[in-house]
Amino acid sequence: MRRLRDPLLWLLPLLLFLLLGMPLLRPIFAAAFPATSPPIYAADSFLALFLFHAEYVVLSSLAAALIGVSLGIVATREGGAEFRPILEALATIGQTFPPVAVLALAVPAFGYGPAPTMIALTLYGILPILKNTLAGLGSVPAAVREAGAAMGLTRFQLLRDVELPLAAPTILAGIRISVIINIGTAAIGSTVGAVTLGNPIIGGLVNGKVAYVIQGALVVGVFAIVTDLLFEHLDRRLRRFAARD
Amino acid sequence: MIELDHISKNYGARDSVSDVSFKVEQGAFCAIVGPSGSGKSTTLRMINRLIEPSAGTIRINGEDVAALPLEALRRRIGYAIQSVGLFPHWNVADNIATVPRLLKWPEERVQQRIDELLALLQLDPAIRTKFPHQLSGGQQQRIGVARALAADPEVLLMDEPFGALDPITRETARTELSRIHKSTGKTILFVTHDIDEALGLADKIALLRNGRLVQFGPPIELLTRPADEFVRDFMGGSSLGLKLLALRQVRERMKPEPASGEPIAPETSLAEALSQMVLRRTSRLPVGGTGGSANGSIALSDLVG
Repeated sequence: MRRLRDPLLWLLPLLLFLLLGMPLLRPIFAAAFPATSPPIYAADSFLALFLFHAEYVVLSSLAAALIGVSLGIVATREGGAEFRPILEALATIGQTFPPVAVLALAVPAFGYGPAPTMIALTLYGILPILKNTLAGLGSVPAAVREAGAAMGLTRFQLLRDVELPLAAPTILAGIRISVIINIGTAAIGSTVGAVTLGNPIIGGLVNGKVAYVIQGALVVGVFAIVTDLLFEHLDRRLRRFAARD
Repeated sequence: MIELDHISKNYGARDSVSDVSFKVEQGAFCAIVGPSGSGKSTTLRMINRLIEPSAGTIRINGEDVAALPLEALRRRIGYAIQSVGLFPHWNVADNIATVPRLLKWPEERVQQRIDELLALLQLDPAIRTKFPHQLSGGQQQRIGVARALAADPEVLLMDEPFGALDPITRETARTELSRIHKSTGKTILFVTHDIDEALGLADKIALLRNGRLVQFGPPIELLTRPADEFVRDFMGGSSLGLKLLALRQVRERMKPEPASGEPIAPETSLAEALSQMVLRRTSRLPVGGTGGSANGSIALSDLVG
Protein backbone atom coordinates (compact mmCIF):
# COMPACT_ATOMS: atom_id res chain seq x y z
CA MET A 1 0.00 0.00 0.00
CA ARG A 2 2.75 2.42 0.92
CA ARG A 3 4.41 1.93 -2.43
CA LEU A 4 1.16 2.70 -4.24
CA ARG A 5 0.87 6.04 -2.53
CA ASP A 6 4.29 7.05 -3.85
CA PRO A 7 3.53 9.87 -6.34
CA LEU A 8 6.45 8.72 -8.51
CA LEU A 9 4.31 5.78 -9.51
CA TRP A 10 2.02 7.97 -11.59
CA LEU A 11 4.27 11.00 -12.22
CA LEU A 12 6.95 8.97 -14.00
CA PRO A 13 4.42 7.49 -16.48
CA LEU A 14 2.95 10.98 -16.87
CA LEU A 15 6.36 12.32 -17.89
CA LEU A 16 6.80 9.48 -20.38
CA PHE A 17 3.35 10.15 -21.78
CA LEU A 18 4.08 13.86 -22.22
CA LEU A 19 7.35 13.07 -24.01
CA LEU A 20 6.01 10.44 -26.37
CA GLY A 21 2.27 10.99 -26.51
CA MET A 22 1.87 14.78 -26.69
CA PRO A 23 0.26 14.48 -30.19
CA LEU A 24 -2.54 12.45 -28.55
CA LEU A 25 -3.56 15.64 -26.71
CA ARG A 26 -4.19 17.35 -30.05
CA PRO A 27 -8.04 17.40 -29.72
CA ILE A 28 -7.85 19.09 -26.30
CA PHE A 29 -5.41 21.81 -27.43
CA ALA A 30 -7.30 22.24 -30.71
CA ALA A 31 -10.53 22.86 -28.80
CA ALA A 32 -8.91 25.21 -26.29
CA PHE A 33 -6.81 27.19 -28.79
CA PRO A 34 -8.62 27.02 -32.16
CA ALA A 35 -6.45 29.84 -33.59
CA THR A 36 -3.17 27.91 -33.09
CA SER A 37 -2.11 25.77 -35.99
CA PRO A 38 -0.82 23.15 -35.58
CA PRO A 39 -2.21 22.91 -32.04
CA ILE A 40 0.78 20.81 -30.84
CA TYR A 41 4.33 22.22 -31.03
CA ALA A 42 5.92 20.35 -33.91
CA ALA A 43 9.23 22.07 -34.72
CA ASP A 44 11.06 19.43 -32.68
CA SER A 45 9.88 16.29 -30.89
CA PHE A 46 9.44 16.72 -27.13
CA LEU A 47 11.59 13.65 -26.57
CA ALA A 48 14.51 15.20 -28.48
CA LEU A 49 14.12 18.51 -26.60
CA PHE A 50 13.99 16.60 -23.32
CA LEU A 51 17.17 14.66 -24.11
CA PHE A 52 19.06 17.89 -24.93
CA HIS A 53 17.67 19.54 -21.84
CA ALA A 54 18.53 16.58 -19.61
CA GLU A 55 22.02 16.42 -21.08
CA TYR A 56 22.72 20.06 -20.16
CA VAL A 57 21.36 19.53 -16.65
CA VAL A 58 23.18 16.26 -16.01
CA LEU A 59 26.55 17.44 -17.36
CA SER A 60 26.43 20.84 -15.65
CA SER A 61 25.24 19.31 -12.36
CA LEU A 62 27.97 16.66 -12.43
CA ALA A 63 30.58 19.34 -13.03
CA ALA A 64 29.04 21.54 -10.34
CA ALA A 65 28.96 18.64 -7.85
CA LEU A 66 32.56 17.74 -8.57
CA ILE A 67 33.76 21.32 -8.17
CA GLY A 68 31.45 22.18 -5.25
CA VAL A 69 32.24 19.08 -3.19
CA SER A 70 35.97 19.37 -3.89
CA LEU A 71 36.05 23.04 -2.85
CA GLY A 72 34.05 22.15 0.27
CA ILE A 73 36.49 19.39 1.19
CA VAL A 74 39.54 21.60 0.62
CA ALA A 75 38.08 24.40 2.72
CA THR A 76 37.41 22.06 5.66
CA ARG A 77 40.93 20.56 5.69
CA GLU A 78 43.60 21.96 7.97
CA GLY A 79 45.56 23.61 5.15
CA GLY A 80 42.51 25.08 3.41
CA ALA A 81 40.80 26.58 6.44
CA GLU A 82 41.78 30.12 5.46
CA PHE A 83 39.71 29.87 2.26
CA ARG A 84 36.63 28.83 4.13
CA PRO A 85 35.26 32.30 5.05
CA ILE A 86 35.78 33.55 1.48
CA LEU A 87 34.09 30.52 -0.06
CA GLU A 88 31.26 30.68 2.44
CA ALA A 89 30.63 34.36 1.66
CA LEU A 90 30.87 33.70 -2.07
CA ALA A 91 28.39 30.82 -1.88
CA THR A 92 25.90 32.90 0.10
CA ILE A 93 26.16 36.08 -1.95
CA GLY A 94 26.29 34.14 -5.21
CA GLN A 95 22.99 32.48 -4.48
CA THR A 96 21.17 35.79 -4.15
CA PHE A 97 22.17 36.45 -7.77
CA PRO A 98 19.25 35.28 -9.97
CA PRO A 99 20.18 32.41 -12.33
CA VAL A 100 18.76 34.36 -15.30
CA ALA A 101 21.27 37.14 -14.64
CA VAL A 102 24.10 34.61 -14.65
CA LEU A 103 22.86 33.35 -18.01
CA ALA A 104 22.62 36.89 -19.40
CA LEU A 105 26.15 37.67 -18.28
CA ALA A 106 27.47 34.46 -19.82
CA VAL A 107 26.40 35.51 -23.32
CA PRO A 108 28.77 38.46 -23.82
CA ALA A 109 31.56 36.30 -22.42
CA PHE A 110 30.94 33.08 -24.34
CA GLY A 111 28.64 34.01 -27.24
CA TYR A 112 25.39 32.28 -28.26
CA GLY A 113 24.71 28.54 -28.26
CA PRO A 114 24.96 25.76 -25.72
CA ALA A 115 28.29 26.96 -24.23
CA PRO A 116 27.00 29.96 -22.21
CA THR A 117 24.10 27.82 -20.96
CA MET A 118 26.40 25.03 -19.78
CA ILE A 119 28.79 27.47 -18.14
CA ALA A 120 26.06 29.46 -16.44
CA LEU A 121 24.37 26.29 -15.19
CA THR A 122 27.63 24.91 -13.83
CA LEU A 123 28.70 28.12 -12.11
CA TYR A 124 25.34 28.68 -10.54
CA GLY A 125 25.02 24.99 -9.61
CA ILE A 126 28.25 25.05 -7.60
CA LEU A 127 26.89 27.47 -5.01
CA PRO A 128 24.27 25.38 -3.18
CA ILE A 129 26.50 22.30 -3.38
CA LEU A 130 29.48 24.14 -1.94
CA LYS A 131 27.36 25.67 0.80
CA ASN A 132 25.88 22.33 1.83
CA THR A 133 29.21 20.52 1.64
CA LEU A 134 30.67 23.07 4.05
CA ALA A 135 27.65 22.72 6.33
CA GLY A 136 27.61 18.92 6.13
CA LEU A 137 31.31 18.43 6.83
CA GLY A 138 31.11 21.09 9.52
CA SER A 139 28.33 19.26 11.33
CA VAL A 140 30.31 16.05 11.86
CA PRO A 141 30.66 15.96 15.67
CA ALA A 142 34.14 16.89 16.88
CA ALA A 143 34.12 13.84 19.17
CA VAL A 144 33.52 11.52 16.21
CA ARG A 145 36.38 13.10 14.28
CA GLU A 146 38.68 12.94 17.29
CA ALA A 147 37.77 9.32 18.02
CA GLY A 148 38.41 8.44 14.38
CA ALA A 149 41.83 10.08 14.41
CA ALA A 150 42.67 8.46 17.75
CA MET A 151 41.73 5.00 16.40
CA GLY A 152 44.42 5.50 13.78
CA LEU A 153 42.36 6.32 10.70
CA THR A 154 44.44 8.21 8.17
CA ARG A 155 43.13 11.62 7.10
CA PHE A 156 41.90 10.12 3.86
CA GLN A 157 40.15 7.22 5.63
CA LEU A 158 38.55 9.67 8.06
CA LEU A 159 37.23 11.72 5.14
CA ARG A 160 36.07 8.76 3.04
CA ASP A 161 34.69 6.47 5.75
CA VAL A 162 33.41 8.90 8.36
CA GLU A 163 33.08 12.55 7.32
CA LEU A 164 31.67 12.14 3.81
CA PRO A 165 29.10 9.45 4.73
CA LEU A 166 27.90 11.58 7.64
CA ALA A 167 27.76 14.71 5.49
CA ALA A 168 26.19 12.85 2.55
CA PRO A 169 22.52 13.68 3.29
CA THR A 170 23.35 17.41 3.54
CA ILE A 171 25.54 17.36 0.43
CA LEU A 172 22.81 15.49 -1.43
CA ALA A 173 20.30 18.16 -0.39
CA GLY A 174 22.63 20.75 -1.98
CA ILE A 175 22.89 18.75 -5.19
CA ARG A 176 19.11 18.41 -5.21
CA ILE A 177 18.60 22.18 -4.98
CA SER A 178 21.22 22.72 -7.66
CA VAL A 179 19.69 20.21 -10.09
CA ILE A 180 16.16 21.54 -9.63
CA ILE A 181 17.27 25.13 -10.21
CA ASN A 182 19.23 23.99 -13.27
CA ILE A 183 16.21 22.25 -14.78
CA GLY A 184 14.36 25.57 -14.67
CA THR A 185 17.31 27.69 -15.77
CA ALA A 186 18.21 25.40 -18.68
CA ALA A 187 14.80 26.21 -20.21
CA ILE A 188 15.84 29.86 -20.37
CA GLY A 189 18.92 28.69 -22.27
CA SER A 190 16.68 28.65 -25.34
CA THR A 191 16.85 32.46 -25.40
CA VAL A 192 20.61 32.30 -25.94
CA GLY A 193 20.60 29.59 -28.56
CA ALA A 194 20.62 26.31 -26.69
CA VAL A 195 18.06 23.70 -27.73
CA THR A 196 16.02 22.81 -24.64
CA LEU A 197 12.47 22.28 -23.46
CA GLY A 198 12.42 26.08 -23.32
CA ASN A 199 12.12 26.19 -27.15
CA PRO A 200 8.31 25.76 -27.26
CA ILE A 201 7.94 28.14 -24.29
CA ILE A 202 10.10 30.91 -25.72
CA GLY A 203 8.80 30.31 -29.26
CA GLY A 204 5.23 30.35 -28.00
CA LEU A 205 5.76 33.58 -26.07
CA VAL A 206 7.36 35.31 -29.04
CA ASN A 207 4.70 34.20 -31.52
CA GLY A 208 1.74 34.51 -29.19
CA LYS A 209 1.04 30.77 -29.20
CA VAL A 210 -0.08 30.03 -25.61
CA ALA A 211 -0.66 26.35 -26.42
CA TYR A 212 3.09 25.82 -27.01
CA VAL A 213 3.94 27.67 -23.81
CA ILE A 214 1.66 25.37 -21.85
CA GLN A 215 3.04 22.23 -23.50
CA GLY A 216 6.67 23.16 -22.82
CA ALA A 217 5.93 24.30 -19.28
CA LEU A 218 4.07 21.06 -18.52
CA VAL A 219 7.02 18.91 -19.53
CA VAL A 220 9.59 21.06 -17.67
CA GLY A 221 7.39 21.12 -14.58
CA VAL A 222 6.79 17.37 -14.45
CA PHE A 223 10.48 16.76 -15.21
CA ALA A 224 11.47 18.88 -12.19
CA ILE A 225 8.95 17.20 -9.88
CA VAL A 226 9.99 13.68 -10.93
CA THR A 227 13.65 14.56 -10.41
CA ASP A 228 12.92 15.99 -6.99
CA LEU A 229 11.06 12.83 -5.98
CA LEU A 230 13.95 10.67 -7.16
CA PHE A 231 16.25 12.67 -4.87
CA GLU A 232 13.77 12.15 -2.07
CA HIS A 233 14.16 8.39 -2.49
CA LEU A 234 17.93 8.63 -2.55
CA ASP A 235 17.85 10.78 0.56
CA ARG A 236 15.75 8.25 2.46
CA ARG A 237 18.19 5.53 1.48
CA LEU A 238 21.17 7.58 2.72
CA ARG A 239 19.55 8.36 6.04
CA ARG A 240 18.43 4.84 6.81
CA PHE A 241 20.92 4.47 9.65
CA ALA A 242 19.33 7.41 11.44
CA ALA A 243 15.70 6.54 10.75
CA ARG A 244 15.76 2.89 11.80
CA ASP A 245 14.43 2.29 15.29
CA MET B 1 55.57 0.95 30.58
CA ILE B 2 54.80 4.55 29.78
CA GLU B 3 57.35 7.21 30.53
CA LEU B 4 56.74 10.94 30.37
CA ASP B 5 60.08 12.69 30.35
CA HIS B 6 60.01 16.46 30.97
CA ILE B 7 56.93 17.00 28.83
CA SER B 8 55.76 20.56 28.09
CA LYS B 9 53.11 22.03 25.87
CA ASN B 10 52.68 25.73 25.36
CA TYR B 11 50.27 27.63 23.21
CA GLY B 12 51.96 30.92 22.44
CA ALA B 13 53.20 32.31 25.72
CA ARG B 14 50.77 30.29 27.82
CA ASP B 15 52.00 27.03 29.30
CA SER B 16 49.33 24.38 29.25
CA VAL B 17 51.60 21.66 30.57
CA SER B 18 55.06 22.36 31.90
CA ASP B 19 57.84 19.94 32.66
CA VAL B 20 55.78 16.91 33.63
CA SER B 21 57.63 13.65 34.25
CA PHE B 22 56.33 10.34 35.58
CA LYS B 23 56.49 6.64 34.85
CA VAL B 24 53.60 4.20 34.72
CA GLU B 25 54.59 0.55 35.10
CA GLN B 26 53.27 -2.22 32.87
CA GLY B 27 49.77 -3.23 33.97
CA ALA B 28 49.34 -0.25 36.33
CA PHE B 29 46.20 1.87 36.60
CA CYS B 30 47.23 5.50 36.75
CA ALA B 31 44.74 8.28 37.36
CA ILE B 32 45.66 11.78 36.19
CA VAL B 33 43.71 14.15 38.41
CA GLY B 34 43.50 17.87 38.96
CA PRO B 35 41.09 20.79 38.77
CA SER B 36 39.77 21.98 35.39
CA GLY B 37 42.42 23.61 33.26
CA SER B 38 45.24 21.80 35.04
CA GLY B 39 46.42 20.16 31.81
CA LYS B 40 45.24 16.58 32.51
CA SER B 41 43.60 16.00 29.11
CA THR B 42 46.44 17.73 27.29
CA THR B 43 48.90 15.42 29.03
CA LEU B 44 46.86 12.35 28.08
CA ARG B 45 46.41 13.44 24.48
CA MET B 46 50.14 13.93 24.01
CA ILE B 47 50.61 10.19 24.57
CA ASN B 48 48.78 9.23 21.37
CA ARG B 49 49.92 12.47 19.73
CA LEU B 50 46.50 14.02 19.27
CA ILE B 51 48.54 16.92 20.60
CA GLU B 52 52.25 17.14 19.88
CA PRO B 53 54.37 18.16 22.89
CA SER B 54 56.43 21.36 22.61
CA ALA B 55 59.26 19.74 24.52
CA GLY B 56 60.13 16.45 26.16
CA THR B 57 59.87 12.79 25.23
CA ILE B 58 57.18 10.18 25.76
CA ARG B 59 58.22 6.53 25.62
CA ILE B 60 56.04 3.44 25.47
CA ASN B 61 58.05 0.34 26.38
CA GLY B 62 61.17 2.34 25.71
CA GLU B 63 60.11 3.51 22.23
CA ASP B 64 59.91 7.24 21.61
CA VAL B 65 56.35 7.84 20.37
CA ALA B 66 57.48 10.79 18.24
CA ALA B 67 59.61 8.42 16.18
CA LEU B 68 56.72 6.05 15.37
CA PRO B 69 54.41 6.48 12.37
CA LEU B 70 51.34 8.34 13.64
CA GLU B 71 48.64 5.88 12.55
CA ALA B 72 50.60 2.80 13.61
CA LEU B 73 51.14 4.34 17.06
CA ARG B 74 47.47 5.16 17.52
CA ARG B 75 46.35 1.69 16.47
CA ARG B 76 48.44 0.34 19.38
CA ILE B 77 46.74 2.63 21.91
CA GLY B 78 43.12 2.34 23.00
CA TYR B 79 41.33 5.64 23.49
CA ALA B 80 37.98 6.28 25.18
CA ILE B 81 36.48 9.71 25.84
CA GLN B 82 33.55 11.23 27.69
CA SER B 83 31.61 12.03 24.52
CA VAL B 84 32.34 8.48 23.28
CA GLY B 85 32.42 9.48 19.59
CA LEU B 86 30.95 6.27 18.19
CA PHE B 87 30.51 6.44 14.41
CA PRO B 88 26.76 7.13 14.09
CA HIS B 89 26.46 5.52 10.65
CA TRP B 90 28.03 2.21 11.71
CA ASN B 91 26.37 -0.42 13.86
CA VAL B 92 27.84 -1.66 17.12
CA ALA B 93 29.78 -4.53 15.54
CA ASP B 94 31.34 -2.28 12.89
CA ASN B 95 32.22 0.33 15.49
CA ILE B 96 34.01 -2.23 17.65
CA ALA B 97 35.75 -3.66 14.58
CA THR B 98 37.28 -0.29 13.58
CA VAL B 99 40.90 -0.88 14.60
CA PRO B 100 41.06 -4.65 13.90
CA ARG B 101 39.88 -3.87 10.35
CA LEU B 102 42.43 -1.06 10.01
CA LEU B 103 45.02 -3.64 11.04
CA LYS B 104 43.62 -5.97 8.35
CA TRP B 105 42.74 -8.83 10.67
CA PRO B 106 41.02 -11.73 8.87
CA GLU B 107 37.27 -11.18 9.08
CA GLU B 108 36.74 -14.39 11.03
CA ARG B 109 39.07 -13.20 13.78
CA VAL B 110 37.37 -9.78 13.79
CA GLN B 111 33.96 -11.39 14.38
CA GLN B 112 35.39 -13.61 17.08
CA ARG B 113 36.93 -10.60 18.78
CA ILE B 114 33.61 -8.71 18.73
CA ASP B 115 31.97 -11.67 20.50
CA GLU B 116 34.74 -11.78 23.09
CA LEU B 117 34.44 -8.07 23.82
CA LEU B 118 30.66 -8.14 24.09
CA ALA B 119 31.09 -10.97 26.60
CA LEU B 120 33.85 -9.11 28.47
CA LEU B 121 31.62 -6.04 28.82
CA GLN B 122 28.60 -8.19 29.64
CA LEU B 123 26.56 -6.93 26.69
CA ASP B 124 23.75 -8.84 25.02
CA PRO B 125 25.02 -10.23 21.66
CA ALA B 126 21.80 -8.90 20.08
CA ILE B 127 23.27 -5.40 20.43
CA ARG B 128 25.67 -6.14 17.52
CA THR B 129 23.33 -4.84 14.82
CA LYS B 130 22.07 -1.78 16.72
CA PHE B 131 23.11 1.74 15.77
CA PRO B 132 24.59 4.13 18.36
CA HIS B 133 21.47 6.31 18.58
CA GLN B 134 19.47 3.26 19.67
CA LEU B 135 21.67 2.72 22.75
CA SER B 136 21.50 4.21 26.23
CA GLY B 137 24.36 6.43 27.42
CA GLY B 138 25.76 3.60 29.53
CA GLN B 139 25.66 1.15 26.62
CA GLN B 140 27.33 3.67 24.30
CA GLN B 141 30.09 4.16 26.84
CA ARG B 142 30.65 0.40 27.10
CA ILE B 143 30.77 0.06 23.31
CA GLY B 144 33.29 2.92 23.34
CA VAL B 145 35.45 0.97 25.79
CA ALA B 146 35.02 -2.23 23.74
CA ARG B 147 36.12 -0.34 20.62
CA ALA B 148 39.15 1.00 22.48
CA LEU B 149 40.10 -2.52 23.59
CA ALA B 150 39.32 -4.20 20.26
CA ALA B 151 42.80 -4.67 18.84
CA ASP B 152 44.22 -5.68 22.21
CA PRO B 153 46.21 -2.44 22.64
CA GLU B 154 49.19 -2.23 24.97
CA VAL B 155 47.83 0.89 26.60
CA LEU B 156 44.35 2.24 27.26
CA LEU B 157 43.89 6.01 27.53
CA MET B 158 40.62 7.21 29.03
CA ASP B 159 39.52 10.84 29.29
CA GLU B 160 36.73 11.13 31.86
CA PRO B 161 34.96 8.22 30.20
CA PHE B 162 32.20 8.11 32.79
CA GLY B 163 31.70 11.87 33.16
CA ALA B 164 28.38 11.94 31.31
CA LEU B 165 26.78 8.97 33.10
CA ASP B 166 24.30 9.14 35.96
CA PRO B 167 25.73 8.24 39.40
CA ILE B 168 24.37 4.67 39.47
CA THR B 169 25.49 3.77 35.95
CA ARG B 170 28.84 5.41 36.69
CA GLU B 171 29.33 3.22 39.76
CA THR B 172 28.60 0.10 37.68
CA ALA B 173 30.94 1.31 34.94
CA ARG B 174 33.76 1.81 37.48
CA THR B 175 33.31 -1.65 38.95
CA GLU B 176 33.36 -3.04 35.44
CA LEU B 177 36.48 -1.12 34.46
CA SER B 178 38.20 -2.38 37.60
CA ARG B 179 37.25 -5.94 36.66
CA ILE B 180 38.44 -5.44 33.07
CA HIS B 181 41.73 -4.01 34.29
CA LYS B 182 42.28 -7.05 36.51
CA SER B 183 41.33 -9.58 33.84
CA THR B 184 43.26 -8.00 30.93
CA GLY B 185 46.25 -6.58 32.78
CA LYS B 186 46.27 -3.52 30.49
CA THR B 187 48.18 -0.41 31.41
CA ILE B 188 45.51 2.25 31.89
CA LEU B 189 45.86 6.01 32.08
CA PHE B 190 42.66 7.60 33.26
CA VAL B 191 41.87 11.32 33.43
CA THR B 192 39.31 12.46 35.98
CA HIS B 193 38.58 15.48 38.15
CA ASP B 194 36.77 13.27 40.66
CA ILE B 195 39.20 12.29 43.39
CA ASP B 196 36.91 9.54 44.71
CA GLU B 197 36.86 7.95 41.26
CA ALA B 198 40.66 8.07 41.20
CA LEU B 199 40.96 6.63 44.72
CA GLY B 200 38.54 3.83 43.88
CA LEU B 201 40.25 2.76 40.67
CA ALA B 202 43.89 3.74 40.52
CA ASP B 203 47.04 2.30 42.00
CA LYS B 204 48.98 5.42 41.03
CA ILE B 205 47.76 9.01 41.04
CA ALA B 206 49.36 11.92 39.18
CA LEU B 207 48.02 15.16 40.58
CA LEU B 208 48.34 18.20 38.30
CA ARG B 209 47.84 21.88 39.00
CA ASN B 210 48.30 24.67 36.45
CA GLY B 211 50.10 22.29 34.13
CA ARG B 212 52.60 21.13 36.73
CA LEU B 213 52.87 17.76 38.41
CA VAL B 214 52.33 18.41 42.11
CA GLN B 215 52.57 14.87 43.38
CA PHE B 216 52.82 11.38 41.92
CA GLY B 217 52.44 8.17 43.89
CA PRO B 218 50.10 5.52 45.25
CA PRO B 219 46.77 6.83 46.61
CA ILE B 220 47.73 6.09 50.23
CA GLU B 221 50.82 8.24 49.87
CA LEU B 222 48.88 11.22 48.57
CA LEU B 223 46.46 10.84 51.47
CA THR B 224 48.98 10.31 54.23
CA ARG B 225 51.89 12.40 52.99
CA PRO B 226 50.43 15.17 50.82
CA ALA B 227 53.20 17.25 49.24
CA ASP B 228 51.54 20.54 50.12
CA GLU B 229 48.38 22.29 51.26
CA PHE B 230 46.87 22.09 47.74
CA VAL B 231 47.23 18.31 47.63
CA ARG B 232 45.70 17.99 51.09
CA ASP B 233 42.69 20.13 50.09
CA PHE B 234 42.26 18.43 46.74
CA MET B 235 42.41 14.97 48.33
CA GLY B 236 39.52 15.86 50.59
CA GLY B 237 40.63 18.30 53.30
CA SER B 238 38.82 17.44 56.53
CA SER B 239 37.32 14.22 55.14
CA LEU B 240 40.78 12.90 54.30
CA GLY B 241 40.53 10.40 57.17
CA LEU B 242 37.34 8.92 55.75
CA LYS B 243 38.95 8.53 52.32
CA LEU B 244 41.84 6.75 53.97
CA LEU B 245 39.39 4.35 55.62
CA ALA B 246 37.83 3.69 52.21
CA LEU B 247 41.18 2.47 50.86
CA ARG B 248 41.83 -0.12 53.57
CA GLN B 249 40.08 -3.41 54.20
CA VAL B 250 38.74 -4.91 57.39
CA ARG B 251 41.05 -7.91 57.20
CA GLU B 252 44.10 -5.70 57.74
CA ARG B 253 42.81 -4.65 61.18
CA MET B 254 40.56 -7.48 62.44
CA LYS B 255 41.25 -9.27 65.76
CA PRO B 256 40.45 -12.92 66.61
CA GLU B 257 38.01 -11.85 69.34
CA PRO B 258 34.37 -12.99 69.05
CA ALA B 259 31.38 -10.71 68.54
CA SER B 260 27.68 -11.27 67.99
CA GLY B 261 25.50 -10.29 65.03
CA GLU B 262 25.56 -10.59 61.23
CA PRO B 263 29.24 -10.88 60.17
CA ILE B 264 30.73 -8.59 57.53
CA ALA B 265 33.19 -9.80 54.86
CA PRO B 266 36.94 -9.35 55.44
CA GLU B 267 37.18 -7.49 52.11
CA THR B 268 34.80 -4.79 53.36
CA SER B 269 36.45 -1.36 53.45
CA LEU B 270 37.07 0.25 56.82
CA ALA B 271 34.78 3.11 55.78
CA GLU B 272 31.95 0.67 55.20
CA ALA B 273 32.67 -1.01 58.54
CA LEU B 274 32.45 2.37 60.26
CA SER B 275 29.17 3.02 58.52
CA GLN B 276 27.84 -0.36 59.68
CA MET B 277 28.86 0.40 63.29
CA VAL B 278 26.94 3.64 63.18
CA LEU B 279 23.88 1.96 61.62
CA ARG B 280 23.94 -0.97 64.08
CA ARG B 281 24.78 1.26 67.06
CA THR B 282 27.68 -0.93 68.09
CA SER B 283 31.43 -0.45 68.51
CA ARG B 284 32.36 -4.03 67.50
CA LEU B 285 31.39 -5.98 64.39
CA PRO B 286 31.88 -9.71 63.73
CA VAL B 287 33.94 -10.52 60.63
CA GLY B 288 33.48 -13.80 58.77
CA GLY B 289 33.83 -15.62 55.52
CA THR B 290 30.88 -16.61 53.41
CA GLY B 291 28.39 -18.92 55.16
CA GLY B 292 27.95 -16.64 58.15
CA SER B 293 30.39 -18.11 60.67
CA ALA B 294 32.39 -15.35 62.31
CA ASN B 295 36.11 -15.92 62.74
CA GLY B 296 36.98 -12.61 64.29
CA SER B 297 35.81 -9.08 64.84
CA ILE B 298 36.74 -5.46 64.38
CA ALA B 299 36.30 -2.72 66.94
CA LEU B 300 35.90 1.02 66.56
CA SER B 301 39.34 1.51 68.08
CA ASP B 302 40.85 -0.81 65.41
CA LEU B 303 39.71 1.57 62.69
CA VAL B 304 42.00 4.28 64.01
CA GLY B 305 44.88 1.87 63.51
